[in-house]
Amino acid sequence: MSYFAFLSEHGPTMLLGTVTTVKVLICSTILYVIISLIFGLMRLSKNPIIQGTATAYIEFFRGTSLLVQLFWFYYVLPFFGLSLEAFTAGVVAIGMNFGAYGAEIVRGGILAVPKGQWEGAFALNFTPAKRMRKIIIPQIFPIILPPAANLTVELLKATALVALVTVVDLTFEAKQINSITWLSAQCFGTALLIYYIISRFFLVPILRWLEVLAARKVGKEKI
Amino acid sequence: MNAEWRWDFAIEILPQMLLATLNTILAAGIGYAIAAIVGLLFLLGQRTPIKIVNMINREIVEFIRSTPLLIQLFFVYFVLPQFGITLSAWVCGMITIGLHFGTYLSEVYRGALEGVPKTQWEACRALNFSTFYTYRKIVLPQAFPIAIPGMGNYLVGIFKDTPLLSTIGVAELFHAATAVGGYHYRYLEPYTIVGIIFLTLSIPAAIWIRKIEKNVNLAQGKIKKEQL
Repeated sequence: MSYFAFLSEHGPTMLLGTVTTVKVLICSTILYVIISLIFGLMRLSKNPIIQGTATAYIEFFRGTSLLVQLFWFYYVLPFFGLSLEAFTAGVVAIGMNFGAYGAEIVRGGILAVPKGQWEGAFALNFTPAKRMRKIIIPQIFPIILPPAANLTVELLKATALVALVTVVDLTFEAKQINSITWLSAQCFGTALLIYYIISRFFLVPILRWLEVLAARKVGKEKI
Repeated sequence: MNAEWRWDFAIEILPQMLLATLNTILAAGIGYAIAAIVGLLFLLGQRTPIKIVNMINREIVEFIRSTPLLIQLFFVYFVLPQFGITLSAWVCGMITIGLHFGTYLSEVYRGALEGVPKTQWEACRALNFSTFYTYRKIVLPQAFPIAIPGMGNYLVGIFKDTPLLSTIGVAELFHAATAVGGYHYRYLEPYTIVGIIFLTLSIPAAIWIRKIEKNVNLAQGKIKKEQL
């Protein structure tokens, strides 16, 4: 069977899987960005309870494997009467896991904002909330976006894991087709290529564009 | 199906899980050793003065880095037999992890080499040291401390990615948990124990790496004692 015959027969199925992969990618990216911002800020709180909660959360999710968390969400939570759909479990597990990594990036970004900015806001008698919202947060984006972009590419790769909790994504379809046809080189090779194309030609350019945009916004022309 | 945590069951399966943990640690160790060497090879490809080698090297690294480890595992495990190379799941897993993380480690090495100030190279040039001598006596001793945090992080990273090996049937911790869970149809205890074992191993490792990083920075004079 030539590769083109393989593509014309199984290509549509793989594309359907790709759509699911992109859906997982978008949903979990949104979730991880929100979680990172919240926990990154909580991590810098002076209140020991809030800070402790954030530290515990971050250490827990960074300390255990994503696959373990995924299986825990999907197979163990039902024991507690909380049944998540496979898709939801996948998105929540990935979002919470990467949120923990992202929170550390956000924390680093906030600390990297020059001291003069803090002092300026203080001198102008801004409330702490207003200082964060109007002065500090807008300035962290050019700092955090490069590491966050790396993390997002990692997230794309991590979405492959949701196939193991029966989400019908690209990896799942590739495995399925492999078990029917045993054309392993073709189906896994195609899957690898699709992931590569998504990352190289869609995800990375978008993230680079965001970086340029963020740098321009605070008046730092980049490149 | 009740949600209660059963201690008797947890204790009953604990020895089995701990035994499987040894396999996980072994897999992480071997995988890391291979990755460290593969990383050097990629670094070599990157630093050779031949343009075409650099380009091919960069594309390979880029490709491996932007595709999921899971599918790479399937690829190696299912495709190699088609070409008449039949390897055990263990060997396939180790090769794939080695290749995948080798690309990351090559970046760590590169960053470390570039972290050595240019003046050091120029001084060696001025003193007429050979390239080999420059690397051995001047550059590598300075580059190594810079590489330690990155290398440590990927050691923990590999450790946390070993559960993926269970998908091709390597009998490590996660595989054992799934097997036990399937046998008794109780997943609460096995998966929770896996999580706890991972936490108890990776948090001390992370703290240890942070400590080394601090010591290295201290020794290099990047931060002062008062700042700690």
